[in-house]
Amino acid sequence: MTDLSMPQTQTRSQSATGKIALRWLLYVLLGLFALYYLMPLFVMLTTSLKSLEEIRTGSLISLPREVSFDAWKTAWSGACTGIQCEGLRPYFWNSVLIAVPAVFLSTLIGALNGYVVAQWRFKGANIIFSLMLFGCFIPFQVVLLPMARLLGMMGIAGTIPGLIFVHVIYGLGFTTLFFRNYYVTIPSELTKAARVDGAGFLRIFWSIFLPLSLPIIVVTVIWQFTQIWNDFLFGVSFSQAGTQPVTVALNNIVNSTTGVKEYNVDMAAAIIAGLPTLLVYVVAGKYFIRGLTAGSVKG
Amino acid sequence: MAPILDINKLYKNYGATEILKDINISIEPGDFLVLVGPSGCGKSTLLNCIAGLEEITDGTLAIGGKDMTHVSPKDRDIAMVFQSYALYPTMSVAKNITFGMKVRGVDQATQEAKLNDVASLLQIEPLLNRRPSQLSGGQRQRVAMGRALVRDPKLFLFDEPLSNLDAKLRVEMRTEIKKLHQTLDASIVYVTHDQIEAMTLATKIVVLKGGIVQQIGSPAEIYNNPANLFVADFMGSPAMNLIPAQVTKSGSGAQIVISRDAGETLVLNDARDLSLPEDVILGLRPEDIAEAGFRAGDGVQEAACMVDMVEPAGADTYVVSELGGKQVTARLHAETSAQAGKMLNLAFDMSKVSYFAKETGERLN
Repeated sequence: MTDLSMPQTQTRSQSATGKIALRWLLYVLLGLFALYYLMPLFVMLTTSLKSLEEIRTGSLISLPREVSFDAWKTAWSGACTGIQCEGLRPYFWNSVLIAVPAVFLSTLIGALNGYVVAQWRFKGANIIFSLMLFGCFIPFQVVLLPMARLLGMMGIAGTIPGLIFVHVIYGLGFTTLFFRNYYVTIPSELTKAARVDGAGFLRIFWSIFLPLSLPIIVVTVIWQFTQIWNDFLFGVSFSQAGTQPVTVALNNIVNSTTGVKEYNVDMAAAIIAGLPTLLVYVVAGKYFIRGLTAGSVKG
Repeated sequence: MAPILDINKLYKNYGATEILKDINISIEPGDFLVLVGPSGCGKSTLLNCIAGLEEITDGTLAIGGKDMTHVSPKDRDIAMVFQSYALYPTMSVAKNITFGMKVRGVDQATQEAKLNDVASLLQIEPLLNRRPSQLSGGQRQRVAMGRALVRDPKLFLFDEPLSNLDAKLRVEMRTEIKKLHQTLDASIVYVTHDQIEAMTLATKIVVLKGGIVQQIGSPAEIYNNPANLFVADFMGSPAMNLIPAQVTKSGSGAQIVISRDAGETLVLNDARDLSLPEDVILGLRPEDIAEAGFRAGDGVQEAACMVDMVEPAGADTYVVSELGGKQVTARLHAETSAQAGKMLNLAFDMSKVSYFAKETGERLN
């Protein structure tokens, strides 16, 4: 017996060392990938903190010799977008004014849509849902002209409400899909029980389904906020001077330099423009994963 | 008194598929009606129709003497308990029970009082502040019943309420539902696929198959005089023995001949005056076949049978023998000396026999 067990323990310890080696290889590889991905952010951050003089003379990946926030200040309130030189600030607020109501409305309407399609099976519910899904896959370039015409007819062309309207409409496909797939896992007996209890359509939604929806609301809000905040196409097509979102302003800052190209200001402006989406992920990220993987609701 | 529930010529179609056909059921106040049948027979659909959760295609439905055919569920004065309990996951037990009253705008004091009544009746006071996810299956079941009881409706509807519980708990809750029915004198419609639940709980059973009512009657009627082969086979455990047999007239009674694969044919006499066709299916419950000497009576006849299998089940011992090409089960006392592979004298109680037509399966006597 002892003779037999000896070689067995040996192979076991061998495979244990093999496992540890493999694990380390994995860590090293993942570390390399992480570095690779973080490189651009690192360059952006360091460049934004350098002076123009240092950028010209120093290396791209060296740390700043002297940290200066001047570029950030310029990007926020002094950089020129075309002929105006007010920085990103007014456009940043435009983006907030567009994104917050658009995210709220598209999430709310998507939740209602999903609730109807998943729990109140009416005739043709599946067809309507398929059509809404189809809306997710329509390339946005296709709808630019008809949408411009519609906005003109409604008298909200070039305004912030106009942009909110566009983003709500084009967000509905995704938000409906998210909520529908979430609500479809909730047993229909819940709705039946509430109906027997005397609750109506909206009461059931408000008292029973919405309180259950936190994970999927977070997913939808992150998704919609990222989409709307980062949108450039609609922003550039349906805005006019004074209502442009931050993405359009960023483009204008980068493209309308006179004389020397101020890389540090460009980098700072890009980080400012991307900060809110980053923030949303950091704050709500753990719910995001949970919401995406959430299966059925245990009664 | 007007019937508490009166269903008249009810039809239910989904598109071209007929789910329920010509349902006529009427129950009196205090009745415990059980709808029983295999899965897919339409029993849950019928319950949903009674609740108003499904529109009916044709026919009428009255609850408490009032026509409710097109009335919405909340105005039917009913309460329902679901298979999955359907407790509101984000609400506490107390909120679950009072939700209906809150929706109806019942004042706070009444809500409080009714909640306390029901909680003490079901012994769930310590659970009132918990969430449904923190409860065991049996506790959820109680809360679901509490939610129904607090309404004090004309009619209770139960949709397979025990089928998610384990075997032991199921028997306990069954007893409790029965007790509840007796103390409250409530009118109940109860759906189940479990024929034992049906037998133990019901004052009246409706056996459904393929959307058609097979038989309506008291548990004893259904058990002793099944209307056709389906009911005979479905109700009772172990199932009724259904043996193909030939009938010849002998005097005022009938001579029944049953072929056997091994050994001579079995000949039994039924003294009752019956007019039977030549080919019949003979139905006899396992408890109506005993060991010779343990059963006496007018119709009892003894015959030697080959024992194929002996299955002790504690209180009884089941003995299986081949008759007419069927495995026939007899229910013997626990201390029987029966041994597999040996002959045994069995006593057949012919006064309990049911006869069914071979082609239609309808009852003949």
